[in-house]
Amino acid sequence: MKSILSLWVNGRLREDAVDSATLLLDYLRDQLGLTGTKQGCDGGECGACTVLVDDRPRLACITLAHQVAGRRVETIEGLAQNGRLSRLQQAFHEKLGTQCGFCTPGMIMAAEALLRQNPDPTAQEIKTALSGNLCRCTGYVKIVEAVREAVL
Amino acid sequence: MNLLGDFNLLRPTSLDEAVKALSGEGAQPIAGGTDLLPNLRRGLSKPKLLVDLSALDHCSDIVALPDGTVRIGALVTLEALVDSPLIPEAVKQAALGVAGPTHRAQGTLGGNLCQDTRCVFYNQSDWWREGNGFCLKYQGDKCHVVAKSDRCYATYHGDIAPALMVLEARAEIVGPEGSRRILLAELFREKGDDHLTLSPGEILLAISLPAMKGWNAAYEKARVREAIEFPLAGVAVALKREKGRIAGLRVAITGANSAPLMVPVDELVGQEWGDAVAETLGKQVRKTANVLKSTITGAKYRRRMLLALARKLASQLWIKAA
Repeated sequence: MKSILSLWVNGRLREDAVDSATLLLDYLRDQLGLTGTKQGCDGGECGACTVLVDDRPRLACITLAHQVAGRRVETIEGLAQNGRLSRLQQAFHEKLGTQCGFCTPGMIMAAEALLRQNPDPTAQEIKTALSGNLCRCTGYVKIVEAVREAVL
Repeated sequence: MNLLGDFNLLRPTSLDEAVKALSGEGAQPIAGGTDLLPNLRRGLSKPKLLVDLSALDHCSDIVALPDGTVRIGALVTLEALVDSPLIPEAVKQAALGVAGPTHRAQGTLGGNLCQDTRCVFYNQSDWWREGNGFCLKYQGDKCHVVAKSDRCYATYHGDIAPALMVLEARAEIVGPEGSRRILLAELFREKGDDHLTLSPGEILLAISLPAMKGWNAAYEKARVREAIEFPLAGVAVALKREKGRIAGLRVAITGANSAPLMVPVDELVGQEWGDAVAETLGKQVRKTANVLKSTITGAKYRRRMLLALARKLASQLWIKAA
C-alpha cells in the first residue's frame, strides 16, 4: 500500500508516495533516478548500496524506504558541491581507488561515514570501517590509500 | 529479484499498539531489518503486516540501575553496544564480531537475539529451494540435514546470546498477557523452525545484566573471513577464580544447535584449572553440541573448533584472573 514518505535526500526535503514494501535502494534508484547507489549482492553482504542516514552508513538494499521516514539520507550524488568533487571523491580519483567502479559509491559512503566520526583514522581503522564493503577487483590497497589521502 | 510481496508497514509509538498489532495473523516485527529483510527478499516468509518497532520509547538506551544491574533496551544498536562503557567486554567482543560495521549501525540487540535460525537448505533463493522440494523449516515436509527427521535442524548463529547467557542475563518481555521476566536462555528452544519461546504478540523489550563481581568473561567465534560471516562455532565463557580454584564457571555455545545452549560445567567448580579440567570441559561441550551439516563448512571442523575455543577461552580467563 502506498503512503506519503517524507524525508531529506541530499539536503532536500521530499514528499513522495511510496509503497510499504519498497526498499530504500529501489526508491532511490527507480523513483528518484539516483542510480549512483549500486545494487550489488542484493542481500546485505557486499556494501555496494551503502548510503548515509543521519551521518551513519546504512545498507539501502536491506532497508525499507519508510524505515528512514523523517531522516537525512545522503547518496554519492550528494557529495560533490557546486560541480566540484568532494575531497574523498578526488582522492579516490587521484589514488586510483576505483577500478571497475561498481563498489566505489558504497566504499566512498562508508569511508565518508568514518571520516565524519573520526577525521584522522589509521590504516587499520579504515580497513575496519570498510570491512563490510567488497571490491571484486580486489583493489583494497588503493582504496585504503585513497581514504588516507583524503585525510592528509 | 524482489520477493518482498505485499505487506503493510505500521510504526506504532506505544507498546500497547505494538503488542496489539503483533497479536494479529501474519504480523511480524521489524527493527533494524538486517536479518529479516534479506530473508523476506528470498521469499522465506510472507507477512501481511510488518510492525516497525523503532519508534517505541524506553528501549533504545542503556541504563545502569542502583543495584549495579545494567538494563539494555532491545532497540540499542550493536554499534551503540560496542561504544558503551557500561557493557561487559565479552558482550562487546560478541557484538563487534557480528557482520560488518554498517550492519552494526543498523542492527539492534533485540533483532540479533531473535534472529532466525539458518541452514544451507533454507537461506537460499526461492527457485533453489523449490528445486530441492523445499524443506521442513518452510514450505516443505522433509529435513535435508537429517533425513527422516520429524524436526527442523536449522542452526542458531547469533553471536551475542551466548555472551549474555554466561553473564546470567534476563530478558524482559511484554505481551497481551502483561510482562514477564525470564532467563535469556529460556527465550530459546531447540527447534529449528520455532526456536523462540515468544507467543504471538510478545515483544522482547530489554535485557538486564546483573553485576557479577569477580567474574571475567570472553567470547570468540570461528568463521571463514574476519567480517560479515555468522559464527561456524561460537563460545562464551565466564570464569571466577578464587584462591587458586575455579569458584564459578559458565560456558555457552552458538552456531551448533537450533538454540544457543549453556554447557553443564558445575562439576568443574572447586577444581584447579589444568589438563584434566580442560579435558572434562571439552567432553561436556561435545555432549551438549549437536553440530550437523547445516553449513557449507564441514561439521567436523565446527565441532573441533567448539572444543578448542572453549578450552582456549577458559585457560585465558584463568590466567587473566591470577
